[in-house]
Amino acid sequence: MDFLQPTSWSEALDLRAERPDALPIAGGTDVMVELNFDRRRPGALLDLGRVPELSEWEADDGVVRLGAGVPYARVIDQLGAQLPGLAMAARTVGSPQIRMRGTVGGNLGSASPAGDAHPPLLAAGAVVEVASAARGSRDIPAADFYTGVKRNALEPDELIAAVRVPAATGPQQFSKIGTRNAMVIAVSAFACALHPDRRAVGTGIGSAAPTPRRAADAEAFLAGELQSAGLWESRAELPETLARAFGERVAAAASPIDDVRGSAAYRRHSLSVMARRAVTWAWSDLREAA
Amino acid sequence: MSTEATTTPTTTTTTHGRIGDSALRPDGTLKVTGEFAYASDLWHDEMVWGVTLRSPHPHARIRRIDITDALTVPGVTAVLTADDVPGENAFGLEHADQPVLASEFVRYEGEPVALVAADHPETARRAAKRIQVDYEVLPAVTDARRAMDPDAPAVHRPGNLVRHLKLRRGEQSPAAPVVVSLDFEVGMQDQAFLGPESGLAVPAEDGGVDLYVATQWLHVDQRQICLALGMPPEKVRLVLAGVGGAFGGREDLSVHVHACLLALRTGKPVKMSYGREESFYGHVHRHPAYLTYEFGAERDGRLVYGRTSVVLDGGAYASSTAAVVGNAGTLGLGPYRFPSVSVDVYGVFTNNPPCGAMRGFGCVQAAFAHEALMDELADAVGIDRVAIRQLNGMREGDLNITGQVIDSAAPVGELLQIVADLPLPPPSDPSDIRALPGAVGNTTHGEGVVRGVGYAVTYKNVGFSEGFDDYATARVRLEMTGGEAVATVHTASAEVGQGLITVEQQICRTELGVERVVVHPKDTSVGSGGSTSASRQTYMTGGAVKAACEAVRTAVLDRAAGVLGRPAGELRLDGEKIAGASGEVLTGLAEVLGDDAVEETVEWRHRPTHAIDPETGQGDAHVQFAFSAHRAVVDVDVELGLVKVVALDTAQDVGKAINPDAVVGQIHGGSAQGMGLALMEEIVVTDGHVRNPSFTDYLIPTILDMPPMQVKVLEYADPHAPYGVRGVGEPPTISSGPAVAAAVRAATGRALRRVPIRPEHITGT
Repeated sequence: MDFLQPTSWSEALDLRAERPDALPIAGGTDVMVELNFDRRRPGALLDLGRVPELSEWEADDGVVRLGAGVPYARVIDQLGAQLPGLAMAARTVGSPQIRMRGTVGGNLGSASPAGDAHPPLLAAGAVVEVASAARGSRDIPAADFYTGVKRNALEPDELIAAVRVPAATGPQQFSKIGTRNAMVIAVSAFACALHPDRRAVGTGIGSAAPTPRRAADAEAFLAGELQSAGLWESRAELPETLARAFGERVAAAASPIDDVRGSAAYRRHSLSVMARRAVTWAWSDLREAA
Repeated sequence: MSTEATTTPTTTTTTHGRIGDSALRPDGTLKVTGEFAYASDLWHDEMVWGVTLRSPHPHARIRRIDITDALTVPGVTAVLTADDVPGENAFGLEHADQPVLASEFVRYEGEPVALVAADHPETARRAAKRIQVDYEVLPAVTDARRAMDPDAPAVHRPGNLVRHLKLRRGEQSPAAPVVVSLDFEVGMQDQAFLGPESGLAVPAEDGGVDLYVATQWLHVDQRQICLALGMPPEKVRLVLAGVGGAFGGREDLSVHVHACLLALRTGKPVKMSYGREESFYGHVHRHPAYLTYEFGAERDGRLVYGRTSVVLDGGAYASSTAAVVGNAGTLGLGPYRFPSVSVDVYGVFTNNPPCGAMRGFGCVQAAFAHEALMDELADAVGIDRVAIRQLNGMREGDLNITGQVIDSAAPVGELLQIVADLPLPPPSDPSDIRALPGAVGNTTHGEGVVRGVGYAVTYKNVGFSEGFDDYATARVRLEMTGGEAVATVHTASAEVGQGLITVEQQICRTELGVERVVVHPKDTSVGSGGSTSASRQTYMTGGAVKAACEAVRTAVLDRAAGVLGRPAGELRLDGEKIAGASGEVLTGLAEVLGDDAVEETVEWRHRPTHAIDPETGQGDAHVQFAFSAHRAVVDVDVELGLVKVVALDTAQDVGKAINPDAVVGQIHGGSAQGMGLALMEEIVVTDGHVRNPSFTDYLIPTILDMPPMQVKVLEYADPHAPYGVRGVGEPPTISSGPAVAAAVRAATGRALRRVPIRPEHITGT
């Protein structure tokens, strides 16, 4: 197994094109597990850890461009204000050591339905910026990025450059169920974002379908109800019945399975509870901000 | 051995602490800084690596094994199968029923079938995959409750019963005005020691082998290895390597014979080291249990009878199932007074992973049932849950259910009162989500959170029971070195993290008055110390070291008597001085010993125990009993089924705390392990297949799951034990889980008759 270690983005893309058998590695928190268990034996590892372009983030015109190699620990420390949902999700990732190594780009590359970063990216309406040496860069909305269990929309010669996430214009929440209180893979997870500027609601569901996914029907339902009840203007209290109906629609959007971590029925139930609570907190934050 | 090995354990010397002091552990700083040499760090410059090919099937016949392909892999030095076992292809703690390498049948998923040695572990693993095993898959019995059905596949001839313990006492058709009953189920817990199985076998010039290995009992390993290798004990020498936790999971053999076979075949040192996944297949687990309990009582709550039927899933081989059945039966009704008892405990073979020793050993499973039922009884008669236990709790002088007199302290009522009187934690602060169920998962800000409190009490036998001839050996040497008195203590008793090293040193300092005590590496060049299990080492090896020190002291004073011309009975050894009856210094140790050393070896036994009657289960089966009580306070998010243990407080009688800090450490750890079983720890086995052999999905408590503890230690000396000590390690693991489960029941109002309690059990979804 070759070990490729580019030191610039263009070199990384060239190597990616030359070596379709290479497996990109960033923090290694997924890849090294696969290698250690002999589940994958790629012809080469493409280490992106020395590509300086990947390790920075910048904010411009209300959008945060988060380099694919920025670890969770920096998301927590530096982006809590602009990307609160993603920062909350980052806090639930593994242990402190894992958060120092693991990256949002790596989460996207692995595209596990249980990846903690996905629900807040979906809720915020993020766009994944990918690139190849041959065709340059292209944008893939997060909602189109996940194509199957641990599969994504990358072409074989493409790498993830960054994820562009609109900075929050309203409250965001992230909730994750695990059967212990830390260092746990999600049994189910939910993110929501209120976008008062465009009177919209964003959602993301984790660990409850073959891919991370939005609950589009629940988003439209809640945004519509808030609109028709005049709540976007009045900022009156969110009716509990509305929060509950939203939760039920979120649960209905999931296609969970029974596995060793939890039952399908529990996953669905927990999503309805998390969604109800999360949207209630988010709405309450919005009222307090007003 | 001529070696550049970095493996030889170093001796340990410290100079402070007598019994009752919290002597610092010599391994403590090393472990915290990552410098401690665990068995997985063993190294020899010329070593090759051994790996194990394991069965993918819970039950199959092996038609043929073809190793040709594997042998062609460059770097491979040996491929071995059952045909290469020179001695008996069998091992086992109580019955040698487990093949070193499977020959005709495999009986559980993960059973070793073949071995490979190669110059790199990855090469060995790849080669192992090229061994072709032709299996005929057979029907498997994977439900312990069905194992004794006439049509169940037989795991072994003649059938699937390992042991039936039958216990009858008092009126056998008792009537009681209040009757409560329940069925309970306990999942399969793993010891989850952090240092996986590892060892290094070095072939020796005499044709024998030296094995460095992490284990709990060097001599019982040696006996089994000798049987399999067909070698006498003097050719098979064991040295204890750095042990990263044990909890019963290292009582059975793992890499031992395999590494020796490969070393003897290749003529090279062979290292074997399991990863976490293999470790789940490489050691026995706690028996899953199916328990049916019924208690009858007077209207005031006084127990009239207890009736139980228990099935323990022993998995594919006997291991220590019979002894676990013994505990689940003789101790299975808890520390209560019962006029009438009817108990049946069955240990059975299945094609599930073998189960055997784990901290608490049969009492853990039983305690979940009897403590849940005591709560039911309290509610049924309308009295407090602490009071019902105090009303029925054992006291010194009572008979237990096997008719044995509890002949030292049995402070059941007091332990409960202590935990009941401890301050309760304040309400959780909802502004810090780490304090709430779900913690940083951010699943509640206080919504759905209900607090519950639960109590449990237990008693556990200390040491080996039912007539086992249990002893420990200690060799103590006293000499002058560099003008200073130095004691060297040599035992084969395993330090597995529990703190025996400091106990041995503290006893030597106390008995001999020396400051410097060297602990010789643990190996088989001294007699057996017995197993580091059953909470027995401080009692047993402690007793042996004490006796050896006394023998040394006697020998020194005899010499001094000769030198001084006074009767030895008038002399005292006080550090480096020999004093007379009134304390006057008569001479120095240096003058008495000169260049000589005084060395004594003692084989020490506890008072005998006895087999129980096969029909009635009556008999003095146990050496000693240890008692503990827990109070758990939990916050449960009843809508999501998530639990935060807010407090887990305990009181325990330890007889005498030889090392108080170590005692509290044992209680912390044991409590966490019991709580883990109540809330999260389970090896999920479906149709004989382990579904979660990793720490990703086998969850053990983190620091956010384990609350700070209030620990109250009582010291009611047991007059039969050295210094009055009472075993410490196991009781906390037994009473903490049932207290947590009770607290969750109190918070949720749900029956929760299975542990671990999963979120969906609480939410009902």
